[in-house]
Amino acid sequence: MTNNVNPLLQMQNIKKDFFGNQVLTDINFTLGEGEVLGLCGENGAGKSTLMKILFGMDVIRETGGYSGDILIDGKKVEFNTPFDALEAGIGMVHQEFSLVPGFTATENILLNREPCKKNIVSEVFGDRLNTLDYKEMDRRSAAAIEKMGVAIDAKMVISDMPVGHKQFTEIARELSKDQLKLLILDEPTAVLTEKEAEALLESIRGMAARGISVIFITHRLHEILAVCDKVVVMRDGYVVRDVPTRETSVEDITKWMVGRDVQSAAVGEARTNDGGRTILSIKNLWVDMPGETVRDVSLDIREGEILGIGGLAGQGKLGIPNGVMGLYEAGGKVEFNGQEIPLNNPRKCLDSSLAFVSEDRREVGLLLDESLEWNVAFPAMQIQEKFLKKLLGGFIKWRDEKGIHQVTQKYIDELQIKCTSSKQKAKELSGGNQQKVCLAKAFALEPKFLFVSEPTRGIDVGAKALVLEALKQFNRESGVTVVMISSELEELRQTCDRIAIISGGRVAGILPAAASSEEFGLLMVSQVV
Amino acid sequence: MSRKTNLPAGKRALELVQNNAVPIMFIIICAVFIPMAGFSPSYLLNEIVTRMGRNLFLVLCLLFPIMAGMGLNFAMTLGAMGAEIAIILVADWQIWGIPGVVLAMILSIPFSALLGFICGTLQNMAKGREMITSYIINFFINGWYQLIVLYIMGAIVPIAHASIMLPRGYGIRNTVSLLNMRQCLDDLLAIRVAGVKIPVFTFLLVALLCLFIVWFRRTKLGQDMRAVGQDLEVAKAAGINVDRTRIISVVMSTVCAGFGMVIYLQNIGNLPTYTGHAQIGMFCIAALLVGGASVEKAGIGNAFLGVILFHLMFIVAPGAGAFITGDSMVGEYFRVFLSYGVITLALIMYEAKKRMVRSKAGQELAEAQTKKEDA
Repeated sequence: MTNNVNPLLQMQNIKKDFFGNQVLTDINFTLGEGEVLGLCGENGAGKSTLMKILFGMDVIRETGGYSGDILIDGKKVEFNTPFDALEAGIGMVHQEFSLVPGFTATENILLNREPCKKNIVSEVFGDRLNTLDYKEMDRRSAAAIEKMGVAIDAKMVISDMPVGHKQFTEIARELSKDQLKLLILDEPTAVLTEKEAEALLESIRGMAARGISVIFITHRLHEILAVCDKVVVMRDGYVVRDVPTRETSVEDITKWMVGRDVQSAAVGEARTNDGGRTILSIKNLWVDMPGETVRDVSLDIREGEILGIGGLAGQGKLGIPNGVMGLYEAGGKVEFNGQEIPLNNPRKCLDSSLAFVSEDRREVGLLLDESLEWNVAFPAMQIQEKFLKKLLGGFIKWRDEKGIHQVTQKYIDELQIKCTSSKQKAKELSGGNQQKVCLAKAFALEPKFLFVSEPTRGIDVGAKALVLEALKQFNRESGVTVVMISSELEELRQTCDRIAIISGGRVAGILPAAASSEEFGLLMVSQVV
Repeated sequence: MSRKTNLPAGKRALELVQNNAVPIMFIIICAVFIPMAGFSPSYLLNEIVTRMGRNLFLVLCLLFPIMAGMGLNFAMTLGAMGAEIAIILVADWQIWGIPGVVLAMILSIPFSALLGFICGTLQNMAKGREMITSYIINFFINGWYQLIVLYIMGAIVPIAHASIMLPRGYGIRNTVSLLNMRQCLDDLLAIRVAGVKIPVFTFLLVALLCLFIVWFRRTKLGQDMRAVGQDLEVAKAAGINVDRTRIISVVMSTVCAGFGMVIYLQNIGNLPTYTGHAQIGMFCIAALLVGGASVEKAGIGNAFLGVILFHLMFIVAPGAGAFITGDSMVGEYFRVFLSYGVITLALIMYEAKKRMVRSKAGQELAEAQTKKEDA
């Protein structure tokens, strides 16, 4: 650490509770100018809440504020709105994109901060009628992109951009603010390809060299080791470790995060099932899913196996389950148990005992404003008429509240869902716990076949192991065939029996889980478009 | 984009038709009706030019709320009401000619601005349902308008001239004659080309509004409006005062509609006190949509094309009706029902087009597959 008299940011004894539920206790750390701080912790450890406090988000004030002091350059500050925080030189790149879809990168980078020229009308009617200075806008956005060090097309309209470039546009927007001293990056690499993530890390190093401090939140621990000066590890609302990066390792951080040893990544007990009956057969499937186009996929899935589908982002692996389940326009032929399933019709799929845990848990996966009980039981109720009591010979159907409660409680215990009760609303849970609810929902359907898409995206190491274990158990005990789609090869190798790699919208090859990383790597890049 | 260039010509033509279904439909209707109606070309041209002068200003004022993402502003009628109140007062003060028109425009500003402000505020309370809200606000404010014109004018607001007052001593007559300011703007600088009278000054005013719109898009406020129109939440997060921006766009629209209504009325030459504004919103919106605009995207070109096509249909429909059935009322009925039909169609097309784009991408994928098999 530098021996500055006043470090850029000091957090002193930050405490925060949500209606008596203590989520942050005595958070202390400091961050010097030009330092990069890696913040990690399991989901629900309090990282997001802490950043919300630092950024003056409305939700903090609405839930009773916080206690403790935030000092910037040695002076105590109190942010009531994000605009106060921006004023003080804090910028934040959120997980959800905050970009105007029909504007170019330049227009988004300078949104509401456009350089203007005065004119006669504006002299009379006020500054809002100043005309935009397009040349100056181009210059400033080019400067911000240059500062970021990752080349993106400033003239490209956001809606035409790949997801990684959207992320970079957001970062460039923060960098274009002259007063920026501290940049908070909340899981920026989650949506990036490996190459893009590498570019981002390089860009973070560049920012630090220019004297901008960065708080970097990520679940990819090797990234923290690569760029951060120090690591702050949080668990259950406490800071459990605050150490310089060079004195630590991925294993240490993982241990601190979960407070227990996580067995190191090993290839799971893959089974060979060559003689197995084909339960689902996909032929010449195409799916029009934006950003994940499937061109021509033929795949046979054997009964009782866990098949992994991997590949680089944007190559179409996510399109396969979404197409088969009818969520996106698709064509081709899909046979389940020898019977053809019509495409573009989610109900038909669900009726044939297929279930799908979507990668988009907030939009597709959950009824955010409803209780856990409702979330778990809703599809089973709708599709299979479970948890319904029939009165008057089925003329009236009544919800079986007791049954719903029991089954929800069962899954809360089994999957260790952290919640206050089964009546809690889904949106109040952390990401990892929401994912577990999505699984519980699919399990409650008691399907014969389960698609699980990105089950561990954005969730922490501990929850990850649990989710994967639950999937395995579900497969072994109930004999359910599982197809798991994931960007992380390691977790596919731990969980699956066979792994199909999708590249350029086509199956590049299928390998047993025990195959070497190099073989998988070669397949991944084989047909990239 | 690269996809489009290597499509066969037939496909591209089909795409063009799909994207401009409404204007093309109207071109066909007009092409069929014109010979049936049997009007001379110079008569048609004259009528079209007159109606362009009369309506363009009103149609253009719809562009501001579309820019701010508030859809079709049915509440432009409020501006028309404001202009009508202003014109009644001006008529009563016996200020005629150009000064009367100018005064009416100036006088309409506070009325239209106030009504626009009320409307914008209410629409902000009903985000996402702006169109239906503005449509219903019309009926509500129409009640107030009638109260003012029917009871307050003459009883509380002094009205000097019995000629515009109801015989009972208060309230305004069904029709207020504006003979003394009839076409005074249109006649200013008017020229005749091959028997067609061109109201140059009125067209100059329209051109001025067009220039203003083009310039306005390049201002900070215009940029904010577009940002708000595309994504409310993002605009808010960037510190743009969303509610205020939206209100400004509605106020601009109603004030312009007020000016437009004054232009419209001086052309007609009389004011139907209780019905003058009733159809204005509907017809202007229909005209804009006929020009190929949608709920979320509209430009000056759409306004021009729309006014020409829509009013051409209006002019020839009664004649065509008489030709087909021997009764011109059929054409009369036909043109009103068509304009409602166009609005309904446009609202549906907005969704349908999105779906069409989706299925088209699918077809292309399927085709790519078969092509590969052939190869």
